[in-house]
Amino acid sequence: MKILLEVLITGLLMGGLYALISVGLSLQYGVARILNISHGEFIMLGGMTTWALYTALHISPLLALAICGPLALGLGYLIHRTLFKRLLDRAPSFAVFEGNSMLAAFGLMFILQNIALIAWGAEIRGYSYLSIPVHFLGTLFGANRLLTFGIALAIGLAFYLFLNLTRTGKAIRAAAQDPATAGLMGVNINNVLALCFGLGAAMASVAGVLISMCYPVHASMGLEYTVIAIIVVVLGGLGSIPGSFLGGFILGLVGSIVTFLEPGLALVAYYIIFIVLLLIRPTGLLGR
Amino acid sequence: MPLLEGKGVTRYFGGLAAVHKVDFYVERGEIVGLIGPNGAGKTTLFNLISGALVPQSGQIHFKGENITGLKPHVICKKGIARTFQLVRIFPNMSALENVALAALFGRPDGLSMKQALEEAEKWLEFVGLSAVKGVPARNLTLANQKRLEVARALATDPELLLLDELMAGLNPTEVAQAMDLVNQIRERGITVFVVEHVMKAIMGICDRIIVLHHGEKIAEGTPQEIANSRTVIEVYLGE
Amino acid sequence: MRLGKINPKKLWVPGATFVVLALLATLPLYASTYSVILLTSILMFVILALSWALFSAPTGYISLAPAAFFGVGIYTSAILGKQLPFPLVVSLGGLISFCLALLVGALTLRLRGIYFAMFTFGLVELIKHFWLWYEIQFTGTRGRFVVVVPHNTIYLAMFAVFVLLLLTTYLVRRSRLGLALRSIGECEEAAAHIGVNVNALKTVMFAVSAIFMGAAGSIIATRWTYVDPYIAFNPLYSFMAVLMALFGGLGHPYGPILGAAIFAYLEELLITRFPYYYMLIFGVVLIITVLYLPEGLIGLIGKIWRRVRGGHYAAA
Repeated sequence: MKILLEVLITGLLMGGLYALISVGLSLQYGVARILNISHGEFIMLGGMTTWALYTALHISPLLALAICGPLALGLGYLIHRTLFKRLLDRAPSFAVFEGNSMLAAFGLMFILQNIALIAWGAEIRGYSYLSIPVHFLGTLFGANRLLTFGIALAIGLAFYLFLNLTRTGKAIRAAAQDPATAGLMGVNINNVLALCFGLGAAMASVAGVLISMCYPVHASMGLEYTVIAIIVVVLGGLGSIPGSFLGGFILGLVGSIVTFLEPGLALVAYYIIFIVLLLIRPTGLLGR
Repeated sequence: MPLLEGKGVTRYFGGLAAVHKVDFYVERGEIVGLIGPNGAGKTTLFNLISGALVPQSGQIHFKGENITGLKPHVICKKGIARTFQLVRIFPNMSALENVALAALFGRPDGLSMKQALEEAEKWLEFVGLSAVKGVPARNLTLANQKRLEVARALATDPELLLLDELMAGLNPTEVAQAMDLVNQIRERGITVFVVEHVMKAIMGICDRIIVLHHGEKIAEGTPQEIANSRTVIEVYLGE
Repeated sequence: MRLGKINPKKLWVPGATFVVLALLATLPLYASTYSVILLTSILMFVILALSWALFSAPTGYISLAPAAFFGVGIYTSAILGKQLPFPLVVSLGGLISFCLALLVGALTLRLRGIYFAMFTFGLVELIKHFWLWYEIQFTGTRGRFVVVVPHNTIYLAMFAVFVLLLLTTYLVRRSRLGLALRSIGECEEAAAHIGVNVNALKTVMFAVSAIFMGAAGSIIATRWTYVDPYIAFNPLYSFMAVLMALFGGLGHPYGPILGAAIFAYLEELLITRFPYYYMLIFGVVLIITVLYLPEGLIGLIGKIWRRVRGGHYAAA
């Protein structure tokens, strides 16, 4: 019973992080129609920057959240304005744009990852932050795990409220429904698309900061997180924000249960879910 | 025995009946019209006949043979060709290539490349596109792209041609030309089944008209009977 | 449509191809071992890029599965290399990849666009992690040693696969099959309604392209001597095949060959000393290609050539 509880809580903690990783990707695809393969690189940049700030300047990872988020937002915004907008203007159809933007994102992945490798090397980095055990529901968990879970939930909720309550958030949702009409209604569509891409990047880098508080980070960690994000997003429904959270928690639970039963098969289980889902319900659980 | 016959043809999307228990027939040599308001299920019915969709119940027979659920390419080879409501040309291929492909693949007897090209020239001439045969299809005007689709469908040597909103988006002159084209096709011995949203265009060319509303057949008869039908008038006025 | 008119001015292309092939076939007779090894690598990438283009260029489906079939080939060699003669192992690598691709192709018929890309990518990762688990669970080790084959034999086998692939590409492009594949890329729905058996064609061509990837994998495995699932099923091989083919240009078979040759040589120059810079260049070139070279290097060369010749060869 105690073990079961432990497995469940581990899964939920993992799920919160998975959800946060995926929300940005879902937003980028849902609104800007970009399957951003370089998503994990923004996670990596967040994690590595936090490590660098912590070891060199002893800047707290919590402060790093406030540094990395806006920086990634700006970077993502710029990348969309310079790269993806050009692709969008030139593409004869959405299908062509989706293909081209995915390929461009591949290019971005190689560029960001290798700049990081040149700057920081390939070593696995880590630092210790709040790794004190805490009693939680009768089981021991690292304080950093619980903190990151709390922050992940708070950020996810804040983001959801932002989309639903603010003017900008409503413009984003309008653009996701129907870009052409949103443009007619006075929404500056290029600005909204770039903002979405930037927000996606910011969510990724924030997730990266949180990841670095619990796990070691390295410059080539991006792709594995991209893959997880893609699986979560396909599970929840490509473009659906609540879907990302649902998908994240389901995958987190599946991960911790399978790890408990047969550790070697956790990733295999993820991919089986992914592939079967693509075959029977590619729109995901909450997809349109 | 009619050339094409459907019995109780039904197709749902989600819980919504797009086409519900529709019976229809098309006699050899006829021009039959299929009309109805937006969302009445006209294109869905065409998709069911041409194999793009499979009916959930009901049967479709062509020349007495059950073709329900066959794949589009098989149905095409059996002698049913179609055009699309939103043009679906091969944009980066020339007009000639567009039509030659149909002649090459759409017939039960395989043509050689040379024969296919001759056949394509013939049908491009028939629809009046000989002058632009080398032009990539994406560069043609909408009216010409629609003609190209007709030529492409004809090149598969069909006995039945399904025309899905051939007139939509055309100006009055182009509509008149398209009506002539439909009549010429019939003179070639090809049976024509047309979907039109606009009633006026269809009244002049059809021998018989079927009216769909909310996926169900609500009326059937000569253009005159349809024009006088109270139910049909209500449906169109109520739109 | 090429109407079979032979333009004597264009005969130099097949002529030059023949000379180059003859030089490549006899390479071990006059070249150093270093050149033979280098050209083996180049040919391997050429095979990956060209076989990717065989299916993906006309149909427009972005497959990220090359690494899966390549890896299947590698493991065919690793498992059967010691028992069976080399040519048989290579053929089996191709055959098993073909069968796997047939299955995958039939399963994914409904998937379009990025969903197809994601599925094929997921496939590579699924096989990798499953195989890793299987190896550790049932064989007790992570990796395997592969039987060693002389460099010249490896080279000649790679060359033979390349020639077969070139021939296949040529025949497909010349035949009605090539036209039908292009019609799928242009508009799949319309293609089906004018009588093209879209599903069968897609599945078979996907599987045919996998033969060459698998064969290339089972050949190169003998040079690597040790493989594990992370080496064999590395998604990078998918990305490379796609990039090289796009960079070279998909309009003509020489495009992917050119793209792969350039990058394989660049890799040789940079990978050991500046691996990160090599991959960085890789990314930059990919973005430049997508942005500014939609027809790739071969399209650019064609454009410049036409301009230089004052438009003698007007666009067909």
